[in-house]
Formats: sequence, C-alpha cells, structure tokens
Amino acid sequence: MAAKRLNQKDRYRCLTRDLGWEPSYQTREDIFPYERFEGIKITDWDKWEDPFRLTMDAYWKYQAEKEKKLYAIFDAFSQNNGHTNISDARYVNALKLFLSGVTPLEYQAYQGFARVGRHFGGTGARVACQMQAIDELRHVQTQIHAMSHYNKHFNGLHDFAHMHDRVWFLSVPKSFFEDARTAGPFEFLTAISFSFEYVLTNLLFVPFMSGAAYNGDMATVTFGFSAQSDEARHMTLGLEVIKFLLEQHEDNVPIIQRWIDKWFWRGYRLLTLVGMMMDYMLPNKVMSWAEAWEVYFEQAGGALFKDLERYGIRPPKYVEQANIGKEHISHQAWSIFYQYSQATNFHTWMPTDEELDWLSAKYPDSFDKIYRPRFEHWRALQEKGERFYNPTLPMLCQICQIPLSFTEPDDPNTLSHRSAEYEGERYHFCSDGCCDIFQYEPVKYVQAWLPVHQILQGNCGGADVESVVRDYYNIHSGQDNFEYQDSPEHRRWQQWHPNGKGAAHAPMADHAPQDTDTPRKAG
Amino acid sequence: MSVIAIGNYSAEPLDLQRNFHGAQLVYLCWENHLMFCAPFTFPLPAQMGFGDFLTQVLTPAISQHPDAASVDFCAAHWRLNDAPFTPDHTLSLGDNGITHKSLLHLSTPGLNGLAGSGN
Repeated sequence: MAAKRLNQKDRYRCLTRDLGWEPSYQTREDIFPYERFEGIKITDWDKWEDPFRLTMDAYWKYQAEKEKKLYAIFDAFSQNNGHTNISDARYVNALKLFLSGVTPLEYQAYQGFARVGRHFGGTGARVACQMQAIDELRHVQTQIHAMSHYNKHFNGLHDFAHMHDRVWFLSVPKSFFEDARTAGPFEFLTAISFSFEYVLTNLLFVPFMSGAAYNGDMATVTFGFSAQSDEARHMTLGLEVIKFLLEQHEDNVPIIQRWIDKWFWRGYRLLTLVGMMMDYMLPNKVMSWAEAWEVYFEQAGGALFKDLERYGIRPPKYVEQANIGKEHISHQAWSIFYQYSQATNFHTWMPTDEELDWLSAKYPDSFDKIYRPRFEHWRALQEKGERFYNPTLPMLCQICQIPLSFTEPDDPNTLSHRSAEYEGERYHFCSDGCCDIFQYEPVKYVQAWLPVHQILQGNCGGADVESVVRDYYNIHSGQDNFEYQDSPEHRRWQQWHPNGKGAAHAPMADHAPQDTDTPRKAG
Repeated sequence: MSVIAIGNYSAEPLDLQRNFHGAQLVYLCWENHLMFCAPFTFPLPAQMGFGDFLTQVLTPAISQHPDAASVDFCAAHWRLNDAPFTPDHTLSLGDNGITHKSLLHLSTPGLNGLAGSGN
C-alpha cells in the first residue's frame, strides 16, 4: 500500500519524470515529429539532468509569494508618485525602449518555450521548458504592470505591442526572436537558453536593473529582483541543454558549434541597443558598455568556453570583432537614433558636457577621435535651432535589420558592408557574422521584412515618413518622438521640479552634478 | 544550403524589384562622412538620368553636411557594388549599370568630414 505522504524525492519524481509514459498505440516518432530534422542525435533522454529541482505545486506557491511582495511595491511606488523621484525624465526613455523592445520578447520566449516544451521526447526537458514558458509569461505581465504607472505620466509607452510589430527599429529584437522560434526545437534552445540566457543575459538584465536602481526607479528594480531567481533557473537550463546535447553524440558538436556562432552574433548585434542605453540613456551611469562587455562576456564567457573546450567547442566565430566593437557600437547606435528620432517612440538628446567627458574617459581610444566631433557639431546645430534629423531612409542589414552603421573591425572610419547574391538577387549585410548566417540558409532570410523596404513598397500606409509614423506606428508626433529638450515631457518634468532636478542639459549649459540634487522624498 | 526544415521549404524574396511600383532601390554611401549614420536608400526609376540623380536626389540628401557645398561630383571617385565605376552623367541609372539594390560608394577627395574627422 502506498504511503499517505510521499517523501520529497518521490514527490519530485512523480511530478516530473512520472508525467511521461511509454506510448503503446502511437510511435514515438509520430508523437515527437520535430526531434530529428535538425540532425541532432539523442541516444538517451534519461541522461538529462533536471536543471530545476522544482515541482509545479511548489512553483505556484513560491511565485505567488514573490508576486505579493512585488505588487505591494508597485502600489507604494504609485501612491508616492515614485515617477517624480527618478533621477531625470530622460531616464524614462530607457523604459520605453525596454517595454517596446524587450517585454514583447518575453512574450515570444513564452511562446517559444511552450512550443518546444511540447516537442521533446524527454520528460525532464519538457517539464523544464514548460516551467520556463510560465516564467516568461509572468515576466511579460509584471513588466507591463511595473511600467503602467509611467504610462500615466510619460509619452511613448501607450502601445508597445503594436509598435513592436511595426516600428522600424523594433524589427531588430522582433526578427531576432522570430528567427529562433521558426527554427527547430534544438536550435531554439541553443539560441535562447544557451546563447542568450546563459551567455549574454547578464548584459541585458544587469544594465537595465542596475540602471533602474541608480536612477531611483524602485518599481523596475523590484521587478528585476522578482525575476532574478527565474533568470538563474533559465541560465541553469541553458547550460544543461548544451552539455546534454554535446554529451549525447559527437555528431551534435559541429551542429551546436554553428548555432553558437550564429546566435552569439545575433545576440551581440541585438545587445547594441542595450549598449546605447547604458552609455547614453541613463542619467546616472552604471558602467560603460565596454566595461560590461569585458566583465560579462570577455571574462565570464572566456571561462565558459574554456570549460566547453573538452567537448570540442571553441569560442564563437568573430568574437574578436565583437571585442573590437565594444569601443564603438554604443556611439554608432546613438547616432542612428539621434538622427532618426522623428520615427521613434522615445526621445533622444545630445550628451551634456559632463556626459561627454565621461564618454571620453570610458572610451579613450575611440570617443574623442571619432565620435566627439560628430556630437559637438550636432550640439552646435542644436544651439542655432537647427537640430539635425536625417530626412532619408537608411540601408538595413538583411539579417540583424540594423542600419549599416557599424564600421570595419580594422578601420573605424569605414562602414562595414558585405553582400551576397542568391538566385540573381543582391543582399546586403553589416558584417561577416550576418553575411555567414544568410549564406547558410538564404531562403529563410530572403523573406526578411525590412522596415525601410516595406515603407517604400507602400505596405506601411502612406508614402511619407510622417504619415507612417503617425498612422502605422501610432507614434504621436510632437509628443512621443523627436528631441527631448523642450519636449512636452521635458517641460512637464520642469513643472514638477521648478527648482531643478536631473540634468539641466541645454547644450553647453552648466549644470549641477546630479548627486547634489534635492534629497529624495522617502518612498 | 537549403533551410533546415521539416519538409520542402521555398520562399519568394520580399524585395523583388517588381514590388517597388516601378522604382528600383539604390543605396549610396558617402565615404568619410559618417555623420550620416548609414548609406541612404533611394527608390528611383531606372530611367532617371545619372545627372538628375545627383542634382535632384543626392544633393538635397547630403545638404545638411558642411562639406556638401564643396562637393564636385565630376571630380568624385565612385564604386558600384564594390567595383571601380565611372558614371556617365548623361546616361540613365540603368544604362550606367546601376541595377536594383545596387550600392554606390561616393568618395570626395579632399573632403574628409567635420574637421577631417571622417564624420
């Protein structure tokens, strides 16, 4: 007779591995039809080590406790008008980027993990993916709730999901995830669980959450803490996936290596947006993009790939180009967004004197020589009332969909460009990494929905940028977009803080250091 | 290589010339002027004269740059799809061999961006 209460080990087994069974009237191949076409060979699913020692009932209980605390903080933040206590209204633009660029990716992650959680023959892998799918859905919801308070007081946050599907630069994160979700289940896990969640996630989460902490945004910080234990589980899954696949069969090694090469490069390109946010959008800086790359990729990633050497895995292809790029990509990205700010759901601005000096100090080899002259010219134009906007449309990379604004690894004055022909058509890329991805599976990428080309084909409403921005993107022109300085949002912030708070950042204006601001109200 | 897929997989390119309603795409990169963050994308009729392209399309596109007024298009160096190129200003884009999704590189010797910084 069975015991009334199971011990913990049995309980765990019953609620995970025991959820699977041997089929009797269908073949395993018919039940799991997507397990073989990628060429991955699984000889024994039982070798899968469950990365989370967590059962569903414990999961609900644990997450419910976290939610209770989280929503109490959201309420307090809202009741105390927490949005007025942030460092500067410019900070909120980082949240706009996060809500329209990252939160929808959490939703795509939910969709992706829910799908692969159906398609693996191994019960352990299925349960792990299903649990992660629920985590991702929770992150979508808590992020939306954390930022809904800001939506009441700031512009550009009103229609993030719609914008994610349509706005030109949001095709960068959107297409990244769609590429992963349209791949097979094993590539999806290598792309998202390993390459993104394990190798690169600290470069997304730490900057945004530390950025929130440094800039007085307690709602977002608290969301970050609430998600942290989930993220730790996701990272564990990422590492387990890769080790499991590599240990299953030696034929898996070259396949995994190619996916690591591809998804490292795609992730690195996507993180350009985070680099820009760190170096330009946080009024109180956490660390520079270059420093973050050194700590979280060069050091941590270096140790990881040393560890994976024994499986025959080498560091991702073109990693040396990414290491060179750390000196440049954030400045190049801010240049894109500054000149195309007429078409974004957030504001841009030129750095203050103090911020320019910070950039010079953090980027001694690149900033003064290359980027400072550009920015000083733009500041001078702005002073004359001729704020620079680029009225043309940029050329986009067929793979990462970022404008071709990156420079050659060996020549920071020359834009990097690669091209390829496929079936008589010409395709253009920003880099060797993106070109290689195309060359391997061209048919997948000839269908890329490149926003610039779609506008010019007349598929985004009107023929002029103004009507596309207004009608197709649902960006409120004059409120959500353009320069921050003298924007409705900037003026509102000044009304809330008549004695000054945040950067008084009229170009060339002197301003008090931010740490001498009036003390924050207790929140 | 073909797409790793569960069955036969084919797809039509999204950016075929016929989707642009009579225009073709021409990209242009002005070297050493990275104040313009990326090459421009222009939808243009293939019949447009190269000279008209310079005066009606390119000149306004670069006009905000302090170097723009000094550009001498006759003395400029060109590359078309990474090969040396000498345009005939009297011929059309098409007759100059500029086809759909061609990339032109414009180099203006002596003009090297804001204070020679490549911007």
